[in-house]
Amino acid sequence: MEQFFATLGIWLGAIFTFAIFSFLYKDNPFYKTAEQIFVGLSAGYWFVYTVFSILIPNLYDPLIQNFSVNWIKIIPAILGIMMLMRLIPKTEWISRFPISVVIGTTSGVFFLRYLKSDVLNQLTATMINPFVGESWVMVVGKIMLIVGTISGVIYFYFSKKHTGALGVSAKIGIYFLMVSFGAAFGYTAMARISLLIGRLQFLLGDWLGIIQP
Amino acid sequence: MGKTKQLDRRWLFLLIFLGVALPLIFSIGLPLETTKNVQMVYDLVDSMPKGSKALISFDYDPASMPELHPMAKAVVKHCFDKEIDLIFTAMWPMGVKMADDIIDQLIEDYPDLEYGENYVNLGFKAGGMITIQSMGKNFREVFPKDMNGNSIDELPIMDGINNFSNIGFIFSLSAGAPGIKEWVQIAHDAYNRPTSGGCTGVSAPAMLPYINEQHQLTGLLAGLKAAAEYEVLIQTPGTATSGMDAQSIAHLIIIIFIAVGNINYWRNKRKEKKGGK
Repeated sequence: MEQFFATLGIWLGAIFTFAIFSFLYKDNPFYKTAEQIFVGLSAGYWFVYTVFSILIPNLYDPLIQNFSVNWIKIIPAILGIMMLMRLIPKTEWISRFPISVVIGTTSGVFFLRYLKSDVLNQLTATMINPFVGESWVMVVGKIMLIVGTISGVIYFYFSKKHTGALGVSAKIGIYFLMVSFGAAFGYTAMARISLLIGRLQFLLGDWLGIIQP
Repeated sequence: MGKTKQLDRRWLFLLIFLGVALPLIFSIGLPLETTKNVQMVYDLVDSMPKGSKALISFDYDPASMPELHPMAKAVVKHCFDKEIDLIFTAMWPMGVKMADDIIDQLIEDYPDLEYGENYVNLGFKAGGMITIQSMGKNFREVFPKDMNGNSIDELPIMDGINNFSNIGFIFSLSAGAPGIKEWVQIAHDAYNRPTSGGCTGVSAPAMLPYINEQHQLTGLLAGLKAAAEYEVLIQTPGTATSGMDAQSIAHLIIIIFIAVGNINYWRNKRKEKKGGK
């Protein structure tokens, strides 16, 4: 029986893969069906997962097992219920309160962490002696890091017209930005091809058995 | 603009499909070189003494399996080979299943490893950055039990683990947020623990700046290519290595089409300038 369901799972996986891939030719009912089933299954799965993996262990169980210690969890529970009020047009305004709590808390926590990690530490990492390095390649790399950072930031300085020295620096900044966009595109192309490789490894290996899975 | 002869994009899809499928069936064996970022991850794991503890967070779901699963398998295998005790967590709900799958794939090769003594799966906890921050203050408050409902006080691997201080390094397998960024911000920048990770190719450009003089991130496995490099380093070729020929051929096709497209664009523009069609 277990073998039967394993085989059925592989066949379903293969059929749905082809149904999704068929969109590359043109939109069609097979694609639409697969898409709708995926959306429905995902929504159902996440609902059940949220209830059993988040709500029950983090809220229901602690309140039932030791209410006197965990009573404070009632506050986020009430905020959660207030958030659901969005679903009813007349009570939609109530959801603004939990949203404001979420935004306030998140921005407070994130501000500190981002300031340290993404601003101060990143700036410190750029304040280096570029002429100290194991090889000339490293020295060039460090110089490019400093030039790229400064000129890139200058490009985003909009309070003065980009002419003269400022204009030249901003222009250099654009080139660095273009290179980074190119690298990002390259990584994106690689990631998409990797996903296709994963699907084809499934089709050729698990399904058809042509290659070793 | 002059009238450009457009190629039906479906031909390109077909070419990419064949460019990926054929090298998977008929292996070419194109050379693969180790890059610095991958070597840094390898050296970090390799430098850990026997019996040390590491935390591996599975922050991805099945959508990113083709890229992240091979690197997860390679890193976990390397840790098991080095006899590093592993604490698995997940900041993504489906990460729990991802960790379980990796353990299931590897555990047959390591019959001496005991659950609770050499490795443990603590499961998923919602909250992202806030959860990681709380783990740094009091690990046991965030994860009082493992995913099977065992109290972590009863698990030998968790002896002395009250925060990040007794953890040798932290490794996040990340497909987005919460992921590597949050671990760097808390585990390294707030608690000064060596932090490393593996991510999807799409998110790599956002992670690379953390590999700097401040050592916010100790190396990075970016995409399937890095997973393949790691497999080569631990001398265990797997699905990532076997996919590299296909990756290279597909990239070659994309580069050729970009070049042809640009040459066509340039020729049309020149014709336009001359007034011809």
